[in-house]
Amino acid sequence: MSVRTLPLVFINLGGEMLYILDQRLRALNTSEDQSETGVWSERDRKRVLNDVVGTMFSKSFMDELLKPQQLYSHRTMKTVLTRLAHSSIMRLNPASMDRLYELMIMAFKYQVLLSPRPRDLLLISYNHLDAARAFVRDTPAVLNQVDETHRKIIEVYSRLSDGEFQLLRQTLLTFLQDVHTRVSVFLKNQIQNPSGRFVLMTSGPVPAGVDVPGLIRTFDPRGREVGRSEFPPGGTYSGSVGEGSFELSGDRVLRLGQNLYQAETNPLAKEELNLLARLMGCMKAGSVPAADEEAASALARIAGQFTDEEAELENPSGSKGDDLLAMMDDL
Amino acid sequence: MFHKEKSIQLKNSASALYNNLSVLRIAPRRLTYFTVVHANVVNMVSTSWDGLNYSHRQLQSKEPNVATSTSLIMQAAFCALPSRDLLVVSSQKGIQMYESDGSIMVYWHALDTPEAPTAHAVFARGISAVSDNYICVGVSSGAVLVFDVPSKGSNITLSEVLEEHKEAITDIASECSGSQEFLANLVTADDGGNMCVWKSGEEFQLLNKIPGLDMTCSSVKLWKGTVLAGYGTGQIRLYEAVTGILHAEVNAHARWIYSLDIAPFSGLLLSAAEDSFVRVWHLSITPETNSVEIAHLHNECVTDTQICGAKFCDGDGYAFAVTGYDLSEIIRYVQS
Repeated sequence: MSVRTLPLVFINLGGEMLYILDQRLRALNTSEDQSETGVWSERDRKRVLNDVVGTMFSKSFMDELLKPQQLYSHRTMKTVLTRLAHSSIMRLNPASMDRLYELMIMAFKYQVLLSPRPRDLLLISYNHLDAARAFVRDTPAVLNQVDETHRKIIEVYSRLSDGEFQLLRQTLLTFLQDVHTRVSVFLKNQIQNPSGRFVLMTSGPVPAGVDVPGLIRTFDPRGREVGRSEFPPGGTYSGSVGEGSFELSGDRVLRLGQNLYQAETNPLAKEELNLLARLMGCMKAGSVPAADEEAASALARIAGQFTDEEAELENPSGSKGDDLLAMMDDL
Repeated sequence: MFHKEKSIQLKNSASALYNNLSVLRIAPRRLTYFTVVHANVVNMVSTSWDGLNYSHRQLQSKEPNVATSTSLIMQAAFCALPSRDLLVVSSQKGIQMYESDGSIMVYWHALDTPEAPTAHAVFARGISAVSDNYICVGVSSGAVLVFDVPSKGSNITLSEVLEEHKEAITDIASECSGSQEFLANLVTADDGGNMCVWKSGEEFQLLNKIPGLDMTCSSVKLWKGTVLAGYGTGQIRLYEAVTGILHAEVNAHARWIYSLDIAPFSGLLLSAAEDSFVRVWHLSITPETNSVEIAHLHNECVTDTQICGAKFCDGDGYAFAVTGYDLSEIIRYVQS
């Protein structure tokens, strides 16, 4: 379907990854002494975030994503995101990566599904970009990369029509179909049901450019209104709250794509993220034996195989994802 | 006015695609077929009218002679012609036509896919039978392919390519009142909301162009010479087909409309959108006096669901069926 999904997928999934990593690394910061192995300091946390943002927004990575192409499979996506996480000093074992991926996917699914208009996917992406900027504001070189990427995104996507954005959204929804993992922070905030399905409100402001339902107007052949009647719309809607900024900066208005994990005090949510933290906490490069280096290159080889298989299945002449993975090796 | 009946379970969930439900009523065998698209699979359910028998079949979009290749399907729709019924499946790779029970593929048309990926997606979308022997299918380039279908056999041929639209086709509809008195018998709609009105024949004739207002028209119907169009802004608009005169405008939904359907014998109109609502309306159209009226009758809310397909199950609108994104059932409603 749409050949323009990848940049937005990585900005949003990667953005969610940043929120989760940031939140967990803050929780792990129990000591100021950076020499103690296995403990994550403020400096470590900033370093991880800078490394991940730097990799994610590197020119070569983004240029590769911006080429028109079909969406990757979940397997390839997870592999690339794992490599992204490992571009920092952090190491995640398969179990923690699986859980991290599930959280990222469910957050993204929520954002795509609830996006008021298909074009608002851009505002959601810009919320993630704004947050990434904030994480790296002390590192001008990386900050510059984020700005450059943002400019390219604006350039490419401002040309798409609403119909093309809906196609993009439909492609993403097909990718995210049938995933109903329950996430504590969503359950607690009542945006997800115990069944795993997201809550869709039939009330609230309508999207920008949409009229509140309830009016029927009839016209004569000259275009003059000759009749007006109302019908009960079933929901309680109000007028649009206006459109957010699609520029490099500005009020996005939309809150989708903002950090849901900040100030997380719910015990259930904490426990869930604690599990992730415990798994992550013992995996810090440098304190990890050399065997892991082998594991890393084995991963690279296996990842290469995944993309090869995929390339045969979907694109006999291409090596979709291969170039991307190879490039991440060089970073 | 309507109440919910027992749902039909599907083998997998419906994808978020426009007009993602097709219904075919087979009176002589007291059966109704339903099709719903899931990614690269068409789910078919055949139900007996007494509600006792259900049978399922799945068709996968695969090009013939290519072992492992699959492609995402954009739409599956039944085309009822006087001589035969066909199931047409349009995907990223091309168009497949099956016997209506999905048992045999009778025709395959490959889309021209470029060597290297281009900036624009390539796919087929928008399916309708028109007059006695044509099936029209839209393409992402804006072209409309016209296929000539013989009364039996697989000697289906591409008869004409209509090139008036510049944006991807979203939906196509033919005049469904059953009357021959209307000059126009086909309407095609695109991503920009632009619509073309045609008269079918050996060479299709363009009768009128109704410009869009940059609002995607995702679903369109043609009844008694009137175009009924559903838009991404949640509006429904009624136009006189051959003149383009706007008769009525309804602020119908709070989100993108995904499906419109008409019950031709009663004038009932069904609209369904991402806002979780299905609405039933009544149309009164008197072509002689040029009067068109639309009245709201009924709402159904499918909780926490973005609806992607809604169709009447019969020409009177006695019952209708609904599908939603991520939902593995066809929900049915019947008049009380």
